[in-house]
Amino acid sequence: IVTGEERAKWDNKIQYLLTCIGFAVGLGNVWRFPYLCQTYGGGAFLIPYLIALVFEGLPLLYLELAIGQKLRKGSIGVWNTISPYLGGVGVASMIVSFLVSLFYNTLLAWVLWYFFHSFEEPLPWKECPFESLNKDYTPVNYFWYRKTLNITANIETNGPLQWQIILCLATAWAIVYICFIRGIETIGKAVYITATFPYLVLTIFLIRALTLPGATSGLMYLFTPEWETLKNPKVWLDAATQIFFSLSLAFGGLIAFSSYNPPKNNCEMDALLVGCINSATSLYASIPIFSILGFKAHSDSNNCQYRNILALTNEFDIGDQNITLENYDNWLKDLNGTYADRVARLDLKDCNIESFLEQSASGTGLAFIVFTEAVIEMPGSQVWAVLFFIMLFSLGLSSMFGNLEGVLTPLLDLNMVPKWMPKELFTGLLCVVSFTVALIFTMGSGNYWLEIFNSYVGSVPLLVIAFFEIIAVAYIYGIRRFSCDIEEMTGSKPNIFWQACWTVVSPLMLLVVFVAYVVIQAMEHPTYPAWNPEYVDFPMTEDQPYPDWVFAICVLLSTLPCIPIPIVALYKFIQFTVQKSRREHPGQNPYENDEAKELNVFKLIQC
Amino acid sequence: MFPRLHFAVCFTAVLGPTLVHTLCPDTADGYKVRLSIKTALGDDAYKWDESEMFLFRATLAFAMRKYNQKPYEVSDVLVCNETQRVSFWFVVTDPENTSELISGKDVERAVRISRNRINNAFLLTDETLEFLNIPPTLAVPAESGTPPWLIVFGVVIGVVGVGIIALLISSFIQKRRKKGVTEGEEEDCEEEACDKGNGVSHPVEEGADGVNRGFVGDIPFTKL
Repeated sequence: IVTGEERAKWDNKIQYLLTCIGFAVGLGNVWRFPYLCQTYGGGAFLIPYLIALVFEGLPLLYLELAIGQKLRKGSIGVWNTISPYLGGVGVASMIVSFLVSLFYNTLLAWVLWYFFHSFEEPLPWKECPFESLNKDYTPVNYFWYRKTLNITANIETNGPLQWQIILCLATAWAIVYICFIRGIETIGKAVYITATFPYLVLTIFLIRALTLPGATSGLMYLFTPEWETLKNPKVWLDAATQIFFSLSLAFGGLIAFSSYNPPKNNCEMDALLVGCINSATSLYASIPIFSILGFKAHSDSNNCQYRNILALTNEFDIGDQNITLENYDNWLKDLNGTYADRVARLDLKDCNIESFLEQSASGTGLAFIVFTEAVIEMPGSQVWAVLFFIMLFSLGLSSMFGNLEGVLTPLLDLNMVPKWMPKELFTGLLCVVSFTVALIFTMGSGNYWLEIFNSYVGSVPLLVIAFFEIIAVAYIYGIRRFSCDIEEMTGSKPNIFWQACWTVVSPLMLLVVFVAYVVIQAMEHPTYPAWNPEYVDFPMTEDQPYPDWVFAICVLLSTLPCIPIPIVALYKFIQFTVQKSRREHPGQNPYENDEAKELNVFKLIQC
Repeated sequence: MFPRLHFAVCFTAVLGPTLVHTLCPDTADGYKVRLSIKTALGDDAYKWDESEMFLFRATLAFAMRKYNQKPYEVSDVLVCNETQRVSFWFVVTDPENTSELISGKDVERAVRISRNRINNAFLLTDETLEFLNIPPTLAVPAESGTPPWLIVFGVVIGVVGVGIIALLISSFIQKRRKKGVTEGEEEDCEEEACDKGNGVSHPVEEGADGVNRGFVGDIPFTKL
């Protein structure tokens, strides 16, 4: 038995749990889940979401944590150990982790940009600066699209690199580096803050948001269930994919984290804890988010009414403030009765609050457009803006740790790091390389490319990897052997529910989700919303189709991470057959003997 | 049901009613003014009455004087079509020749120069005291030296940079210390993988039959 140097380990269990929770709980919990809830019938969405959690999310989570803890290696090492033909799965995980960390940190760079500007008085997105007056945009849109991104009209126009974003990107990578510098030794300390701080801020926001006018209408709108939506298969698909991406499965990060655990650790409890806390956080976050969105809708609706009132007051020279929100309808009826044509010429808008509540947004749109607009209306805007952006940064940072560990641990396990290179230098190199490649997202068209990476890298490849993971453990490693390992680690075998999920339910669900996802994507030529000032309906975004060369890149991004899986299998197979042909030297043929021994060993499992 | 209240209130001491009606409102040289006192002041709103109107005409005469130094009087400002809104039209007559109107352009310039004083006389702002077709003059934007965000950025990156350097130095010192202590154990370190602090693969131990013992060896220890 190996007596060599020990593998690094966590200082205590709390660090490990906080790191896993921090990895799972990310930006998506705050800016994607509430949007899905709102779009798919409020409270009704929780049903497919919880079903997906129980039958797909938790089994996969348990599986990753257990296999990492047992085999004590990163993703490449783990799959290589199970079968040399499966080493490609680990490589795929590593590639996906790297690609995701590129664009994810760019999101954090934008968050930092807003954070730096939140100290200004007044907030820069409150008013349009002089050079943009008399144009159609709102101040928040202008600040996001012009001052932050300086976005080009379409994806083909690259535009220059934006120096201000480069500075923020460098800061983001520097902060990531300082936490990541010695691997889990420093990450474990950083997560005490980055994993817990968001909860503190969410609670503060919750208390504040619930006292804002209009909060209740927002919450009612969010949670009122529309059972009809459950008939739409797209809801189930989105619930399954949301759970999957939300738990950060198939990145290899969770396997890496659990590989540093002591061998005897109850990973079943860990998996349940992490999975449930992740979903609970999503729900918890959606309450203040929707209270604030309700407040914003209420505020917008009132402003719309005031504009109507002013138009009527000025047209008919009615006394100032004689028309109020309460008696507006009466006045309108009377005036319409006598002066219908003059009233019609005023072009009064329809201001009911539902139409404002329906304007949903997710992702960067939610954080940088909708939320920033809401914050302006709240008293003490700077404080709320600062808190919000620190929270977003903290959420994203702890997820970045997982992404980068998914790259670092396999490289270390493969001994790809030269012995003379200290770990600090290697992590630094990784950060510098990532920063350099991520400069593509600082171009004028960067946001368009980021959306491409987000949609194509962070979706199909993960489903493929997860499918192979579960097949590898359930069928190649063997569910009996896996159960024995778990009994050794936790003290009891996994019950029939877990075994049924690993062998049948989860692979089936993954297959169905994968096929449905690909079919839906393939059905329509994808378009993207372009911010084109020349567009007829500007400032609405223009739906432009991706040009062919861009679409080719999209397909490439989806398939590139998956390619190692067949390639490595093929390579090992060729190696195996080549060496098999050299039967005259049996001692130099480790694969054949290894496989024979392994097969015998499989049959010996009795526990 | 809402009768359009139409007060033809035009004060003049010198001119007869007929002349007033001809001069005001002269849409070429006259301007409509709109006040939103309740919106601006809420509960502290004052009532618009004859004295307030007098103040308006006096303020406007002041603005005209400031503009071209002619001896304008309150009587040179003619007001008409006053409504409940509060809104009205006004024209300005030349003090030397009261049947001549001052051109719209001159009135506009005069108002723009003294706009701030006019607003303050009524405790109102550009939005609540509107001169239709006279755009408000925007204040000169404050030119700040360093944009504030760069300052915050500088602070953050400075702190982070210092932290990185501190961590690098501390690990460098640690390694130096370790090298001094474990000089004798360096040979062991080269044969088996050294502790890199973040995980290392188990070195492969091969027995005589070429089996990867690092993996198989665990089996006898599996508890039943």
